[in-house]
Amino acid sequence: MLETIAFYLFATVLTLSALRVITARNPVHSVLFLILAFFNAAGLFVLLGAEFVAMILVIVYVGAVAVLFLFVVMMLDINFVEMRKGATRYMPLGVLLGGVLLTELTMLFGAWKFSPQIAQNAASPTPAIDSVENTHAIGAILYTDYVFIFQVSGLVLLVAMIGAIVLTHRVRAGVRHQKVSDQVNRKISDSMDIQSIKPGSGA
Amino acid sequence: MLDIGLSHYLTLAAVLFTIGVFGIFLNRKNVIIILMSIEMMLLSVNINFVAFSSFLEDLSGQVFTMFVLTVAAAEAAIGLAILVVFFRNKGSIAVDDISTLKG
Repeated sequence: MLETIAFYLFATVLTLSALRVITARNPVHSVLFLILAFFNAAGLFVLLGAEFVAMILVIVYVGAVAVLFLFVVMMLDINFVEMRKGATRYMPLGVLLGGVLLTELTMLFGAWKFSPQIAQNAASPTPAIDSVENTHAIGAILYTDYVFIFQVSGLVLLVAMIGAIVLTHRVRAGVRHQKVSDQVNRKISDSMDIQSIKPGSGA
Repeated sequence: MLDIGLSHYLTLAAVLFTIGVFGIFLNRKNVIIILMSIEMMLLSVNINFVAFSSFLEDLSGQVFTMFVLTVAAAEAAIGLAILVVFFRNKGSIAVDDISTLKG
């Protein structure tokens, strides 16, 4: 019973905040509703028994992606009111397409049933929860069966990081940077002479 | 209705995916909201993955969710970086102004 209430609560808040993400006038509100949506999705994941993915969702999405969105929204000086003009022009097409898509998806998923033999096809069956907990079980297959994809996803993140830095880095003229190689290569003769001055004559 | 099964989660994910698609139509000028809509669509895919993983008792769905998450984070970082560079050059992020690469 409690699970049912929790599911409907999370599902309702998730749907409403997702709707607010796309309809909010202020993009900062959109980002904040996106964060709320991710928290509720994490709650649903906990209900499904996937605690590790739920926590990863909160850390990665709320801690990194949403904050990145927030930074960009606040950094760019954009007239968002101007941008919403003519938004309703494509509304009928959007409603039509969305309605068709939603009908198709719910018809497909609403009647989903598993074959009785499906358990034989499991790629990596979940061990009983009282012997191995979720995080441990994921670790046991992530670093063995899926180690190649795991490494490749690390590579994807590395490429994304380098790409983002290369894209946004700019060399501005007129900024005085410290040039370490010039400082190290400096010789005494470049900046200092030794004069021999006779006593009593002055420089 | 009161017993939560797989189809409840799948329907919820379908609703979320539709909201994401609809958001692209509704905010077709604002790239930031379009990126957020894409994130929501990826989240609905993740809900599908985890729901199937839980009801089939197969852990590989949760592993794939993590890979989807990784790609989504990389995509958001690159997308926003491109957005910042574009804003620096054009002073605008409206989709209509992104037409220089027409070919």
